[in-house]
Amino acid sequence: MNDTPLFQVSATPIDIPAIRQAMLDTDCGAYAQFEGWIRNKNDGRAVDRLEYEVYEPLAVAEGLRIIEEAMQRFKLKRAMVVHRSGLLELGDSAVVVAATSPHRDEAFKGCRYIIDEVKVRLPIWKKEHYASGEREWVNCQECENPRN
Amino acid sequence: MKQVHVRWFAAYRDLTGVESETLDTEATTPAALFDELKGRHPRLGARHAALVAINDEMSDWSSPLNPGDTVLFFPPVSGG
Repeated sequence: MNDTPLFQVSATPIDIPAIRQAMLDTDCGAYAQFEGWIRNKNDGRAVDRLEYEVYEPLAVAEGLRIIEEAMQRFKLKRAMVVHRSGLLELGDSAVVVAATSPHRDEAFKGCRYIIDEVKVRLPIWKKEHYASGEREWVNCQECENPRN
Repeated sequence: MKQVHVRWFAAYRDLTGVESETLDTEATTPAALFDELKGRHPRLGARHAALVAINDEMSDWSSPLNPGDTVLFFPPVSGG
């Protein structure tokens, strides 16, 4: 077993072959990998690029908790997440989730569980930069008092 | 009255115009503290899907606040 950290925040492009290499395990017959990409539109608005703000101390702690939950619940051999921070361009990988298990069903389910939890539990925020020149924090329509 | 430290992130930092602040409060929970701070930062809206942490541990809005705590207010998250 290697000592690659199971949850990482990366300010530079994610090295996907390195993740596969770190996960490689001859006890396992299944390797599932989910990759989240930067898409060119959201809610009908053309997106040019975006930035992620990550509060790293808690993102790492909570990310490791999610991985631990998935490993127990789905009997994974190993699971790993790398999430980007900083400025990203269209087509860049925002997040990579990887899971290994003896058989594919657990690997798929574990991978799915991890990405779903990552999206709702980690202190990570996405600011979209639109083609119009505007910039907006995602999911934050109600953050500002409408009376202002 | 007790002194607590507050940190604002992402959209909340933009709306309050500050990254962190220290204040004396009678608030006994993060929920009450947030409501109190809406008076100081009128651009802050409802906290529906927001999350809160105390001293770098994810917390509940109804957890007890202790003197010297650092309360982290997280606007709705959007990772992944």
